[in-house]
Amino acid sequence: MGQTIAEKIFSEKLSRPVRAGEYVIAPIDCAMLHEGFVRSWMQLMSAGVSTVWDPDKIVVLFDHYVPAPTERMASAHMMVRNVIQATGIKHYYGEREGICHQVMIEKGHALPGALVVGTDSHTCSYGALGAAGTGIGTTEMAYVLARGELWFRVPETVKFALRGKLPKIVASKDILLHIAGRFGVEIAQYKSAEFVGEAADAMSIEGRITMSNMAVEIGAKFGFFNTDDKTLEYLKGRAAVPSRKLAADADAAYASAYDVDVSDLEPQVACPHSVGNVKPVREAQGTPVNQALLGSCTNGRLEDLRVAAEILKGRSVNRFTRLYVYPASREVYIDAMKSGVIQTLSEAGAIICNPCCGPCFGGHAGLLAPGERCISSTNRNFKGRMGSADAEVYLASPATVAASALRGAITDPREV
Amino acid sequence: MAGLKFQGTVWTFGDNIDTDQINPGQYMDLPAEEASEHVFEAIAPEFSKEFKAGELIVAGNNFGCGSSRETAPDVLKYVGAAAIVAESFGRIFFRNAVAIGLPVLVCPGISAQTKGGDTLEVDIEAALVRNLTTNKEFKGERLHEMMLNSLRKGGIMKLLSEG
Ligand code: SF4
Repeated sequence: MGQTIAEKIFSEKLSRPVRAGEYVIAPIDCAMLHEGFVRSWMQLMSAGVSTVWDPDKIVVLFDHYVPAPTERMASAHMMVRNVIQATGIKHYYGEREGICHQVMIEKGHALPGALVVGTDSHTCSYGALGAAGTGIGTTEMAYVLARGELWFRVPETVKFALRGKLPKIVASKDILLHIAGRFGVEIAQYKSAEFVGEAADAMSIEGRITMSNMAVEIGAKFGFFNTDDKTLEYLKGRAAVPSRKLAADADAAYASAYDVDVSDLEPQVACPHSVGNVKPVREAQGTPVNQALLGSCTNGRLEDLRVAAEILKGRSVNRFTRLYVYPASREVYIDAMKSGVIQTLSEAGAIICNPCCGPCFGGHAGLLAPGERCISSTNRNFKGRMGSADAEVYLASPATVAASALRGAITDPREV
Repeated sequence: MAGLKFQGTVWTFGDNIDTDQINPGQYMDLPAEEASEHVFEAIAPEFSKEFKAGELIVAGNNFGCGSSRETAPDVLKYVGAAAIVAESFGRIFFRNAVAIGLPVLVCPGISAQTKGGDTLEVDIEAALVRNLTTNKEFKGERLHEMMLNSLRKGGIMKLLSEG
């Protein structure tokens, strides 16, 4: 019998065929740490370990607290820099390059067939390029830093066949929100998700990253797309080693499979306080918003900023709504500058911030006051996620965020 | 923690309790003692004051979904939760709990049959839960040996320091 993508990758890692449901200890190809490094390192020290398994396979950067908002965080960053120098960890990007997942992908650390762990739940983003990326905690990461391996349950797989052609202005974000709303936020719990079908094949790498990024919001451990010519093209010049195509076998066994016809899909919005509380934007139309957030590892790529710029060109963001733009990386920022996208957004009144997580997880910068409402292109709208527990976050595509910023109220982007 | 068996009073929670509810992002970079003052703040403000070490948590589906912040199981361990029993867990929370030595058990059917204040007996190794208040027994899903070993030792780092 054939294998799913997850089964293929674990079989390769173990050098023997494995099946979903088996527990294995697998070697890690790459470990990514952001500010979580601090906790992992402290754990390691208390276990009496001061060297890492392989300095070439570890990527460290800062993104959650950039620039450092407190003295405590500045000291934490400083401690990490010192450790980097002492251990010789090779891939250190500091606060310069941007949000961890975007940087991992841009710099060629997330490759087809690789097993990658990160101290961040959205490490599943790398599935867009066929990498088995998954989030782990800082204690497990400490173990990985020391041993270069970790236990896994080879996951069952849920297949989503995306049929048809996506209508104009409707984005991959809308598909994922639709899936979360229709099937629930646990549909892929503990499992691997595979997004296939003509709409998946037609999707840009950027659009795929958005869906893989949010795979964890439906419970998934991995969120795979088949790797194709677009993947190889994207990785050209980024990856140090040649990449390859990877897809499930035609006779692979799935835990479940769902057909999702996207041809009539409308823009979607996830209402407070769950990613699964989804309806068409038109049903939330007119709800006033105090803040609009465009960016993050979910939707902070050039394609996303460009869609927003097209909507906002020559117009002005509502006077009582603030639009924050967080490009996902320095590379995106530069491209957006060169192409005039940044200028267009800024002229429309957007506040352009540095590539970092910003208020996405409620850490600092751009937080919400009690009673405020935000429309956001990020991936979570949990209670208290973006500041006050009495604030509300609505999740939507960049187009919907831009249209809503324009009107100061939730707006279907097809109308503006 | 002999044999990973616990007896205590229960606090109950519903479905989809995410890590932001357990440990809001704003308090995430605080030390556990300060962060623990805000645990479940938005949904059970009395929890941080009234929860006593050794008590148990019973929850519905998808407990601990959301971010990979280990501070979520950490604060619960810090306040002394003996074990968490749920219909299901967010995957990363579940792994993190095992990694830091906070006993967790998946136990279908438990949440509908348990009330806050009930006394439960939880046997992690046998994957059995008994509600001593109602005298009902529930069968959980036994953890894999690798995970049980981490819990017996008090966390995965102990495995490291022992070589
Ligand atoms: S942008 Fe948001 S979701 Fe992405 S890594 Fe940062 S905090 Fe996490």
